[in-house]
Amino acid sequence: MSLVLRGGTVVDSQGERILDVEIGDDGRISSVGNDLSGDINLDASGCVVAPGFVDLHVHLREPGQEDAETIQTGSRGGALGGYTVLVAMPNTEPVTDCAAVVEQVRNLGAAALCEIVPTAAMTVGRLGVDMAPMGELVDMGVGIFTDDGTGVQDPRLMRRIMEYSTGLTARLGRPVVLAQHCEVSALSDGGYMHEGDWSSRLGIPGQPAEAEELMVMRDIALVRLTGAHMHFQHLSTASSVAMVRGAKAAGLPVTAEATTHHFSLTDAACASYDPVFKVHPPLRTDDDVAAVRKGLADGTIDAIATDHAPHTDHSKEQSFDSAPPGMLGLETAFSLALEESGLDLPDILALMSWRPAAIAGLGDRHGTPVVAGNHANLCVIDPDETWTVSGRAMASPSSNTPYEGRTLRGRVRHTISAGEPVVVDGEARR
Amino acid sequence: MSTAVTTWRHLLGIDGMSRGDIEGILDLTDTFAEVGRRSIPKVPALRGRTVASLFFEDSTRTRMSFETAAKRLSADIMTFTAGSSSLSKGESLRDTVEVIGSYGADAIVVRHAMAGTAHRLADWTDACVINAGDGCHEHPTQALLDCYTLRERRGDLDGMRIGIVGDIRNSRVARSNILAFSLLGAEVVLVAPPTLLPPSIDGWPVTVSHDLDAVLPGLDACYLLRMQRERINEGLVPSLREYATDYGMDARRGGLLAADAVILHPGPTNPGVELTTEVATDPRSVILDQVSNGVSVRMAVLFMLLGSGMDLAPDQSGADQGVDG
Repeated sequence: MSLVLRGGTVVDSQGERILDVEIGDDGRISSVGNDLSGDINLDASGCVVAPGFVDLHVHLREPGQEDAETIQTGSRGGALGGYTVLVAMPNTEPVTDCAAVVEQVRNLGAAALCEIVPTAAMTVGRLGVDMAPMGELVDMGVGIFTDDGTGVQDPRLMRRIMEYSTGLTARLGRPVVLAQHCEVSALSDGGYMHEGDWSSRLGIPGQPAEAEELMVMRDIALVRLTGAHMHFQHLSTASSVAMVRGAKAAGLPVTAEATTHHFSLTDAACASYDPVFKVHPPLRTDDDVAAVRKGLADGTIDAIATDHAPHTDHSKEQSFDSAPPGMLGLETAFSLALEESGLDLPDILALMSWRPAAIAGLGDRHGTPVVAGNHANLCVIDPDETWTVSGRAMASPSSNTPYEGRTLRGRVRHTISAGEPVVVDGEARR
Repeated sequence: MSTAVTTWRHLLGIDGMSRGDIEGILDLTDTFAEVGRRSIPKVPALRGRTVASLFFEDSTRTRMSFETAAKRLSADIMTFTAGSSSLSKGESLRDTVEVIGSYGADAIVVRHAMAGTAHRLADWTDACVINAGDGCHEHPTQALLDCYTLRERRGDLDGMRIGIVGDIRNSRVARSNILAFSLLGAEVVLVAPPTLLPPSIDGWPVTVSHDLDAVLPGLDACYLLRMQRERINEGLVPSLREYATDYGMDARRGGLLAADAVILHPGPTNPGVELTTEVATDPRSVILDQVSNGVSVRMAVLFMLLGSGMDLAPDQSGADQGVDG
């Protein structure tokens, strides 16, 4: 059975043109042209047809915290947000630090509504003490390693991981990506929001921006020493962005992501004392938000990620210190990029699709131009449709969106994952 | 400055209050101070009302002060010893508060080690929430009793210069008092090493000094904060000895203060650290007045939130205080 997306404007890395897109049974684009008709026709008029989004940073909570999210529900939220691939963080229970858990995540991901790419921890148990079996994991195709949720504190261990990773390039077929959650815990421990005017006034102990910046600085130095590929996760401070800009100018193999919340919210939101605004790294200042937007605009930051972090209502209905950090992101990401990043649509698509696809080594099947023969991982988005955010209405069993009640512009109408229409007219098909 | 008295459902902090709000409570406190001086210091003002005290953090003084206040108003008292009981079993804060609400509490007096917890509770309950200290944020009844004590001693806070000395960074007492003293027209100077100051005081109505000796002669009141021993382990000051040397109030420093100055401390004191025993018993020290005024202020607050329209004292002329708020 063939599927045709009709009447949309295709926007991809090759530019913009009005085209119908036909998708065949093999999950690939069979032809593009005008006045195409298939067994199933989906209306894309007034919409943008783009390569599906790629999220480099998602917490799917499975195995371990299935009450907050599962791979199935997370992938449904992802598909509703226009994502065709989610890169799953390894802070599961048990930690994804060995072949068995990677295999489990892959098996669960096989039935998901979009592709699930497991990452693995850099250190055993994410404890920052012993290197994870990176060679074995690379042989399984794992290409991104991260202790996300925490940074590797010990600079000596980090140096060894970076050196070791450079020896695995040939086995993986590309350089291994080490993704760091930059946070020097000696400076951040006991802090629950950004340290500054607001934390001082609210009496909430803060985490200084320098907790992030010192590790960004350290890892840039270690990249210079080792030549490893370092991907900086969720950059949130002006100085972090400036340092990554400098490292790129010096030709170092570094990449970076920023989350939607770090360019759309500030620490002032914590004045409600609602832990729905508690996240690591914390929401920062107006100046930091401006710097993140500038970093997205000038290419310093390569990708918009969500750091989608579901937590049950129960766990967020606690005091600010006791509640876990993190917020939902998959279903609001595109709208926030459109409204808050200050970027044009083609730049947003680059940051949400083909540039992160390249970092994750997925460029053969995600973020690819909409031309015949390529994998049909696509989303159809209506940039003008407005909608009102409701955590309860989201696919996740959790509802911890910091944008509750906000009316946003830009909505995903259809999502095609490996040729299958998983979202049609804004509804998940399974 | 506004003198309008706001109608409050909760008492969460001094932040958001007007000068008129504070003065209204202080005026009402006079009435309850009088009740406290009677041979039977009890009125039926809150008979039939239930006050729940929910202390997640240990506090003997504040809890006893609130419970004494509630008893003098004839309210029933329900005590929830949070400690680690149900919360350690995984119950959420919201569950706990909803349970207390379903027992029929009309007011919940809450103390918690984390800022903002009283504010969260207020979102989840129909009861009046009274913040009895939330982390490093606010302790509004302490500020009110301090203002009352200063007013009692000096008549008026307008134009006073008040020094707050010590661990301002971690102090809810300091945050509430900075706001309250400023609202009432006093000038506030913070005296502490940089490590005991908040990370940012941009926009705060204060000046800062690291030299207590230089500040003391110009003060009308000196507020000494409690110095927790934990601050030494956190590396905020080298030792209690060095803290006492630089920021402790002893007889020599007492001599630098004006003869009519007032010395305050929220208690409990660490003798020999924030102040010497000699200073604590100096005629200028009002530390015990603070304790007794605490009961009167908390009676006023409970009455204000729960007793609207009720007879304050059937056998007295206290009901004409105009307290509909």
